[in-house]
Amino acid sequence: MPAPGPPLGMLAELTHRCPLQCPYCSNPVDLLKSDAELDTDSWLEVFTQAADLGILQVHLSGGEPALRQDLEALVACLAERGVYTNLITAAVTLSEQRIADLAAAGLDHVQISFQGTNPETTELISHYKGAHEKKLRAARWVRDAGLPLTVNAPIHRCNFDQVEQFVDLALELDADRLEIANVQYYGWAYLNRTALLPGPEEVARQAVFVEDARERLTGILNIDFVTPDYYAEYPKPCMGGWGNDAMAIMPDGTVLPCHAAQTITSLNFDRATDRPLAEIWNNSDAFERFRGTEWMQEPCRSCPRKDLDFGGCRCQALALTGDAAATDPACIKSPNHDALRRMATRASETGSGELIYRRIGSQGEPVA
Amino acid sequence: MRERAIIEPHSQPALPRYVRLQFDELRQCWALLAPERVMWPDEISVDILKRCDGRATTDAIVSDLANDYAAPEDEIRQDVTTFLQEWADKRLVVCMDKAEI
Ligand code: SF4
Ligand code: SF4
Repeated sequence: MPAPGPPLGMLAELTHRCPLQCPYCSNPVDLLKSDAELDTDSWLEVFTQAADLGILQVHLSGGEPALRQDLEALVACLAERGVYTNLITAAVTLSEQRIADLAAAGLDHVQISFQGTNPETTELISHYKGAHEKKLRAARWVRDAGLPLTVNAPIHRCNFDQVEQFVDLALELDADRLEIANVQYYGWAYLNRTALLPGPEEVARQAVFVEDARERLTGILNIDFVTPDYYAEYPKPCMGGWGNDAMAIMPDGTVLPCHAAQTITSLNFDRATDRPLAEIWNNSDAFERFRGTEWMQEPCRSCPRKDLDFGGCRCQALALTGDAAATDPACIKSPNHDALRRMATRASETGSGELIYRRIGSQGEPVA
Repeated sequence: MRERAIIEPHSQPALPRYVRLQFDELRQCWALLAPERVMWPDEISVDILKRCDGRATTDAIVSDLANDYAAPEDEIRQDVTTFLQEWADKRLVVCMDKAEI
């Protein structure tokens, strides 16, 4: 196989700690504790290597990245190298001073997640008292500091009827972008699918509304719309293709082709503290395994879309078919697609309201 | 509330703070960095974008480009305006006459 081109983007999950407990959190179900996290110098070294390797954008995420007291130093290191920094935060712990400090360190953009458009929904989902007011306050400070803002709205059955209000909220907060992101059902969200998954008609209604709002707000607000995989015809190109232009790093320095890749236990993952990042990107087992299209089976192998979606998500293929190299069942051409649809419809009709909140070390226990 | 920026002859287009045009040494080409996206503008786009400094008007940018490319102003005015309007609609270009950053 020819050598891969340089990567463009990196998702850096600086910590798995988070004051919130969203039941769809994209962190692994086995969360890492704080003593497993890389120290400041190791992150600085990782980011220096990332810039050398050609990475142009780093998404500083978590958990809650602001719980890292060294966030300013990490931002400054990236800014110095001309790397675009995007802070992905739940924002409940951000102070006005902290935001000003991050802006001064060279932060380029802030993305704040809102679990709902009113205090009740935000608290129900995040399991954190006063979360909504804190988020609103932080969002205003972000704009006051002259930083651009994206409002990220993870959508599921408890808030799908708030899509319209999310648009109003984004406008009110003077955001540049709004992400109406239907939750993807891996990890925690998969555990909670009967409580979270909306029905297909509900998703279709959202799509119509968003299309219209986009038209109406051209040049005013950019709206991204992510549909749930389960109701799509074709899968999404996960990370723009496995090992194609992006990578993710876990709090302990483990380098992954996608943030959920550790669910594929047959792969060996390297840590950035053990091996140079360039080597991991260019020739490690985990990155090579599903890079390009050579590894594909039918129906992907002879499909004209294979360079568009790269066969979809490997983690989802494994979770739902038992074979990580299978066609993502989200695809209508997958022999498992009908079974997935049936499972999704059943889950959306079950409507259990019980949420399993994410927690370190107590997975699987419902919290009333 | 914010309004849609309409590119007119006297508009003063600028790249907002969150959009960065920079030369990528490794790939030997210009990269445009914006929230959640990286773009590779072609030579003409780069020539237009570099002139969007928040001071030069659309008219001034057009005559400057006409000069550089030895092309009649009328021929490129429409193209440049369309380009800037498309970019403004994606909020990758803003207008300083609207006092925005
Ligand atoms: S999804 Fe919720 S719990 Fe998970 S990191 Fe984000 S804010 Fe924290
Ligand atoms: S068959 Fe494979 S390549 Fe073709 S659309 Fe489905 S997932 Fe994509």
